[in-house]
Amino acid sequence: MLDNLYETELSGLLNKVKEIQNTGAHIMQVCATKIGESYELLYTFGKGYDIKHIKTVVSLGDHVPSITDIFPSAFLYENEIHDLFGIEIEGINHDYRGGLYRTAVEAPFA
Amino acid sequence: MRISKSPWLLHYDGSSCNGCDIEVLAATTPRFDVERFGIINTGNPRHADIFLCTGGVNSQNQDVVRQIYDQMPDPKVVLACGICACDGGIFKECYNILGGTDTVIPVDVYVPGCAVRPEALIDGVVKALKILDEKADKMKHGGYRSLTSAEYAEKLKEGENA
Amino acid sequence: MAGKRSVIPFGPQHPVLPEPIHIDLVTEDEKVVEAIPSIGFIHRGLESLVTKKDFNDMVYVAERICGICSYGHGYGYVDALEHIMSIEVPDRVQYIRTLLFELSRLHSHILWLGLMADAFGFESLFMETWRIREKVLDMLENATGGRVIFSILKIGGLRRDVPDEVMKGFIPELDRIAEEIKACEGAFLLDPAVQSRLRGVGYISGKDAERLGCEGPFLRASGVEWDNRTRGYAAYGEVDFEVITSKEGDSYGRCEVRIKEIYQSISIIKQCIEKMPAGNHSVPVKGFPNGEHMTVIEQPRGGACYYVHSSGKKFIERMRVRTPTFANIPALAETLKGCDVADVPILVVTIDPCISCTER
Repeated sequence: MLDNLYETELSGLLNKVKEIQNTGAHIMQVCATKIGESYELLYTFGKGYDIKHIKTVVSLGDHVPSITDIFPSAFLYENEIHDLFGIEIEGINHDYRGGLYRTAVEAPFA
Repeated sequence: MRISKSPWLLHYDGSSCNGCDIEVLAATTPRFDVERFGIINTGNPRHADIFLCTGGVNSQNQDVVRQIYDQMPDPKVVLACGICACDGGIFKECYNILGGTDTVIPVDVYVPGCAVRPEALIDGVVKALKILDEKADKMKHGGYRSLTSAEYAEKLKEGENA
Repeated sequence: MAGKRSVIPFGPQHPVLPEPIHIDLVTEDEKVVEAIPSIGFIHRGLESLVTKKDFNDMVYVAERICGICSYGHGYGYVDALEHIMSIEVPDRVQYIRTLLFELSRLHSHILWLGLMADAFGFESLFMETWRIREKVLDMLENATGGRVIFSILKIGGLRRDVPDEVMKGFIPELDRIAEEIKACEGAFLLDPAVQSRLRGVGYISGKDAERLGCEGPFLRASGVEWDNRTRGYAAYGEVDFEVITSKEGDSYGRCEVRIKEIYQSISIIKQCIEKMPAGNHSVPVKGFPNGEHMTVIEQPRGGACYYVHSSGKKFIERMRVRTPTFANIPALAETLKGCDVADVPILVVTIDPCISCTER
């Protein structure tokens, strides 16, 4: 089990991320996992040697807000999730529009 | 063995795990030292005689591999280094791997290993030298030229249909 | 007069790069004003193999994420699963794992020194460092049987024991390596011609580096103390070492940090050999993993996260690896701004890019 895990609704995601940013943390990773028909997004942040996670559950049609306004360097993670899982993420600062990984199968993990 | 040329190598990492790439580099350094045969690792396809391709080919880099191959002057030899370049290896089942190097360009020598050992690589290069000489000889006498990658794709298609 | 902007493509096939990465350099005269990285040339999609290979066999796939940091990837995956399955491995395993981890860090850092020398055009130095590196590979081959990919890890321990006398034999070898590195250290840190290529190139402040989520020597070279080994996984909690940082923040600082870490690795390996406990080299594993865990470890290139999600079946559901180069790319794009086109290869090499890790 993950320590320091906060589960939140999609609508509360940005506020929670902002809250963590205010503590001076930096982004460590963002990843998605397919569980049945829905997807778990896991955001990981680090400050000093402490690690915090935020988890939110989305489904394919949802409009997921980008966190790149808060953590600009998250753009690679978000593009990766878009390309591999087909989850639409809105407002990424460097949007590759599906061109980060040009895979043989579209959204292979979806 | 008589070496008639100082062949230059070009190395491109198809989609290997890097293990074969560092072994290719290690083969040029003092312990194994292929450079004593006059073999030099070059970065320019137009200077190269031998193309070392490591790793399987994926959908994004297939055009890069084709382009590098087409840019090389005749006579040229292609070495598939490591099991991934031979047939896809452990990554064969991955969604993004098309297969070994021979799915996009013709391969002359297959060197197995995961990762390929420098000794095996040197053995492969020596075999490649012989093929290079034969090709050069054919060019002198019969106007031989290697298949371009487009012609090779055509040939593969015919093979599938037949 | 402001020059006209033009875009210079860098890579994917480039003489200084052993691996393909593509960067679009937007330049004004000789200066880079913007750098747009694009990756994906080695994307294999190996994370999807978890649904095709059983969780024990995935160790070998994890090791093949990258050939240079192969040991670390295997370790990260195995550690995550051991946490999920609550497996306590014997102390001897922890010490041998630490020893092998440091040996692979040693070979990776020496390899980097060579690539760096090659990038600034000092070819004999490249050859010399790679000659020294062969000694480390010999030790790894003695201990595990492999030069590049070792396949010695398994869930619950090691596939075979490393005999004590083999490890004792490493000590004189390590001393010799330290001497030889000392002999060429000056070429990197004191030579005026080399310094003019390194000093002030690609400066990034500690604050920016941390904000952009940098990892490893790239971050430590900007003076930030962040080394995941201090978390004390494996046997790191029982050996003495200090986090190495540099105040420079530029390419020179990154060189300095990595050279000091070579000596540090040698010292850690020696401590492991001295304290090596007796015991078994593996414990039996029963059942299937159920749960999720994230392991964070320090790879030669920086921190790496291994996330495993499983639900009590033979096949785990998701393995996700966040590698250090992936985290360093945004900061690389940032440091490329304002540098000369001629310095781009050096700067790309200073983050020690490992593209096959990044794209998996």
